[in-house]
Amino acid sequence: MTSFKQINDATDLTMENAIIKTTGNVFVDKPRMSARNVNVYYGDKHAIRDVTIDIAEQEVIAFIGPSGCGKSTFLRTLNRMNDTIDICRVSGEIALDGENIYAPSVDVVPLRARVGMVFQKPNPFPKSIYDNIAYGPRIHGLARNKAELDDIVQSALERAGLWNEVKDRLDQPGTGLSGGQQQRLCIARAIAVSPEVILMDEPCSALDPIATARVEELIEELKQQYTIVIVTHSMQQAARVSDRTAYFHLGDLVEVGRTEQIFTNPSHKLTQDYITGRFG
Amino acid sequence: MTDNQFMGLSPQEATLRVEASLRQRRKREKRFRLMGLAAVALALSFLVILFTGILSKGLPGMFQYYVQLDVELDRARLDPAGDLSAASLYSGDAEALILEASLASIGEEEGRKTKRALRKMVSSGASIRLIEFVQSNPQVLNTKQTIKFAVDDDIDSFLRGFIDRETPEKDRRIDDLTIDIVDRWQAAGLISYELSDYLFFGSASRDAEMAGIKGALIGSLLTLAICISIAFPLGVAAAIYLEELAPKNRWTELIEININNLAAVPSVVFGIMGLTIFIVTFGMPRSIPLVGGVVLALMTLPTIIISSRAAIRAVPPSIRDAALGIGASKMQVIFHHVIPLAMPGMLTGTIIGMAQALGETAPLLMIGMVAFIVDIPAGFMDPATVLPVQIFMWADFAERMFIQKTSAAIIVLLAFLITMNAAAIALRKKLERRW
Repeated sequence: MTSFKQINDATDLTMENAIIKTTGNVFVDKPRMSARNVNVYYGDKHAIRDVTIDIAEQEVIAFIGPSGCGKSTFLRTLNRMNDTIDICRVSGEIALDGENIYAPSVDVVPLRARVGMVFQKPNPFPKSIYDNIAYGPRIHGLARNKAELDDIVQSALERAGLWNEVKDRLDQPGTGLSGGQQQRLCIARAIAVSPEVILMDEPCSALDPIATARVEELIEELKQQYTIVIVTHSMQQAARVSDRTAYFHLGDLVEVGRTEQIFTNPSHKLTQDYITGRFG
Repeated sequence: MTDNQFMGLSPQEATLRVEASLRQRRKREKRFRLMGLAAVALALSFLVILFTGILSKGLPGMFQYYVQLDVELDRARLDPAGDLSAASLYSGDAEALILEASLASIGEEEGRKTKRALRKMVSSGASIRLIEFVQSNPQVLNTKQTIKFAVDDDIDSFLRGFIDRETPEKDRRIDDLTIDIVDRWQAAGLISYELSDYLFFGSASRDAEMAGIKGALIGSLLTLAICISIAFPLGVAAAIYLEELAPKNRWTELIEININNLAAVPSVVFGIMGLTIFIVTFGMPRSIPLVGGVVLALMTLPTIIISSRAAIRAVPPSIRDAALGIGASKMQVIFHHVIPLAMPGMLTGTIIGMAQALGETAPLLMIGMVAFIVDIPAGFMDPATVLPVQIFMWADFAERMFIQKTSAAIIVLLAFLITMNAAAIALRKKLERRW
């Protein structure tokens, strides 16, 4: 009996704990960001296991996977938002334009200006619409005078497709907007500091279908200028907006590929099970 | 064993049982609601009793009896040096003039006994009142003026009915002659019952009719000024450090536990600490608002730190994330977002702490603010007393009139506390922002 149990444990180890090798091509020709052998630990918990992936310029890449698979955790390592969590530890290398962002000399402040973030729940500051957008440019000293700041605010709101809806009430609180407008305000706030990459952590999960469609259109437009990494629970959304898709499973990056290929012809069994709705 | 195969209740049976349990539940809820209502009603009735008690005793204390006398303001006697200086006026004959006026008021010229009685019937502060009147209005000299003087506290108590004229003369605080004079004053319409100017503009005095709270009020304000200017910045800074910057380890945990414990330390302990540190070790003078303010600041610090930390914790993490996400530094997150959002809570905690400090007596007794101080304090280093200590001291005096003065002072103190709490609520409402 003892030997049988030991064998069982051993199979558990191989079945559950062995790191799954990523299927598909994780590399691209001209990466904007590249992650190499990234591991993330929350205390003792190994949340991200040996993830290697490139993110190309001006692409939309979607991270999908069941809850707790680590896709949001991995997203937050890309602009070091995990630094705010005391027990979180990251190993491996993540480079932005060839520079390791986890190097000791790197300051997170300019990094987060280059890699902007939009969160799951719209979180405008309890300030006016104008101040919400102007905050980033102000703290980074992007505008030399009031006129320049006005231009930055206007162009950010225009690019976020919000200008026509709010131009007459820029001095009113951003928290007074509808949920979808708030989320577009947060996107405008992120692009107001002219980032290179925008990370979106389930940006539509708190929005209704119409507001979601509006944000998805926006992502399509923003793709011309920015690299966008989007975490989503909705496979349809991933299929609609992304160029490439990465499937995460229990901390492992299982498969990366062109979105059409992932959704029509996944090569890994886990991906296939998830896509076809067998779990997740 | 088919009995064990329980297949669940039939829907009809289940409905019956739910209805039965529902009745029980409703009854229990109703009982609980009634108990809550009873508790609130009891608390409210206590409050009503408290307030009627304080108001019925204290409001009469805001008033006192005055007698109106026609005083001949003879310059040669009032101002012997003729220069209207304080020295000259105080060496003058103000007292005799008042006595003559009171003799005239009852239509008598002489009589040793009458004189002796009259001397005790007008407040001993009357001559000071007269001198101040002349100093500020020199044109009244050499004319006859009608001036109101406070009556002595025994007369006041008699007029209020606290001294019974049926009591045998030897058991009374005032004799028959005095009562006779009071009756004649009343018959002539010279006695009036007016808002007490001594209460609001006078300072501590052994004579109940002259005792006032101005000195204690100013002492309280000076002490609170010191207290808030130390406790607010220190408390808020400590809260920000502990909540936002300090590493979470055993030391910060220890500090947190100690701060919570300090909030529960009896206030008299802070007084002893103030006594040993500031007065014994540093040799600072006793009874001064500076030391009192520092001691009260130490006492209110835990309150402010705890409420400020709660306010900081209540700032939603999404706002911090938002600011961090566009590249704000930790300090910018704290100063641009956390503090403005936590400010209403911080201010509320501070005002509540100040209200607590305003009503505090015990620690101030320890550092000597219980001294009998007649002068109104002009600065942080002047000996002073504070309102609650003044109330404490008056409550100790034997004269009947001090009871009303004490109650009146309590009303003033309560009015201050209510104003401060109202200010706290108004500030919170004004600064509160929604997200």
